[in-house]
Amino acid sequence: MKKLINSPENVVREELEGIQLAHGDIVRVSFDPFYVARKDAPIKGKVGLVSGGGSGHEPMHGGFVGLGMLDAACPGHVFTSPTPDQMFEASKAVNGGAGILHIVKNYTGDVMNFDLAADMLREEKIDVASVLTDDDVAVQDSLYTAGRRGVGLTVLMEKLLGAAAEKGMDLAQLKALGDSIRATGRSMGMALTPCTVPHAGKPSFELGENEMEVGIGIHGEPGRKRVSLASADEITQMLMEPILSDLPFKSGESIILFVNGMGGTPLIELYIVYRRAAQIAEKHGLKIVRNLVGSYITSLEMAGTSITVLRANDNLISLWDAPVKTAGLRWGI
Amino acid sequence: MDTFKLEQARSWILTAAAALEKNSALLCDLDAAIGDGDHGANMARGFSAVVKKMETNPPADIGALFKSVGMTLLSTVGGAAGPLYGGFFLELGKQTVGKQELDAAMLVSILEAGLADIKRRGKAELGDKTIVDALTPAIETMKGAGSDVAAATRAAAETARDAAVKTIPLLARKGRASYLGERSIGHQDPGATSTALLMESLAEVSAKA
Repeated sequence: MKKLINSPENVVREELEGIQLAHGDIVRVSFDPFYVARKDAPIKGKVGLVSGGGSGHEPMHGGFVGLGMLDAACPGHVFTSPTPDQMFEASKAVNGGAGILHIVKNYTGDVMNFDLAADMLREEKIDVASVLTDDDVAVQDSLYTAGRRGVGLTVLMEKLLGAAAEKGMDLAQLKALGDSIRATGRSMGMALTPCTVPHAGKPSFELGENEMEVGIGIHGEPGRKRVSLASADEITQMLMEPILSDLPFKSGESIILFVNGMGGTPLIELYIVYRRAAQIAEKHGLKIVRNLVGSYITSLEMAGTSITVLRANDNLISLWDAPVKTAGLRWGI
Repeated sequence: MDTFKLEQARSWILTAAAALEKNSALLCDLDAAIGDGDHGANMARGFSAVVKKMETNPPADIGALFKSVGMTLLSTVGGAAGPLYGGFFLELGKQTVGKQELDAAMLVSILEAGLADIKRRGKAELGDKTIVDALTPAIETMKGAGSDVAAATRAAAETARDAAVKTIPLLARKGRASYLGERSIGHQDPGATSTALLMESLAEVSAKA
């Protein structure tokens, strides 16, 4: 294992120390328990947006704390859900009296831990609601799985709900908006290489020189199928078609198109993917009204990409364009 | 041995912590095949925190001991195993408030309450390739094994170990392994395996009394 770390046990703590030093103008970091909060939180009368998940997906979620996005983020160990005490303390720290909205990616651990934290907050008479993301079309959604995974849509969800909360939307309205975003966004990802969790010391799966995994999640878990390596255009097609046919997205609709890097793929390749994804969207009669290209929800150093498509309307476009000032996303200010 | 005493409950947790530490790499390997490869590390970290807490703050009765174990696991393990095992021990604690000792029937009934909590929280049923697949048959065996705690826990441990192996051909329907669909078949479930280690530790400390 070759990594820029000092020791596997200290990866998250030292990362947080770095975030505090680099972004102290935007956030303050709690070290017991671990969470990242907006420096100016709690903001009186504003719903507090709190998310969290395993570490290793940077800049998500800590890099999305700040004006126009999250009020707090709870990092777990690498690829491991954070714990209820973190979510409880982070939520209390950013509670401005208008309630707390948890944004939760649909993983068994994340869901259970956020549920426990919500119970603890309700005991303290704090209003809590939660919005789930489960946008990964690679996972069959049935009684026989834990349901679809929350992946790329989470980034768009945090941006859009963050803007809406900043504009003064109340908890029930935010929950409804979140649910509608959840219902109209779809994603799928693939990997060219596996990744290595620091404390594991070896890759979580093996991939041959001429193989790739299609339908991967964001935790180094294997995907739905292993196939022969293909060109960027072919790979983009393999991701776009299941995404577009799942909702389905219909000709004439407006969309936000997000091409994400898994951590080890350079921007040059992501733009090649975006090029083809935009052509396919156009071929389906879809109008790309906003886009995002870059590595925003990653899986350590995994090489690969994921694509997210979200149905857009004027309200979402104006929320998308609203000012945001975080370590990971910054515009309009 | 007719009863399971506070001292054995303490030894159970210490023995389990050592077993989880020793088998951490094995549990991580099992998890890497169908999950994300951190189950052993998470469990070892959680139980090591439990041991530290027990040393600095020795519990006065079995209920207080299990409650402390549950709270510590909840705040240190993370993932799905944290709420599941944390909730399990919190439930054991609720069932044993103020108790200094338990007979075999009582031990069975608290484990059943713990299992019910895991099933409720994880929404898992028998055959889903989870902790439930090791714990359910182990408790059933214990029920039919009489009033000798050492004999009953030994029988339960052996059933749990066999049951963990029997998860290999199962298709995972809960947790991250369920994302793999058919590809989850052929691998032993890490959660069922850590449960088998807990049951083995229980049998070891019961035999020594």
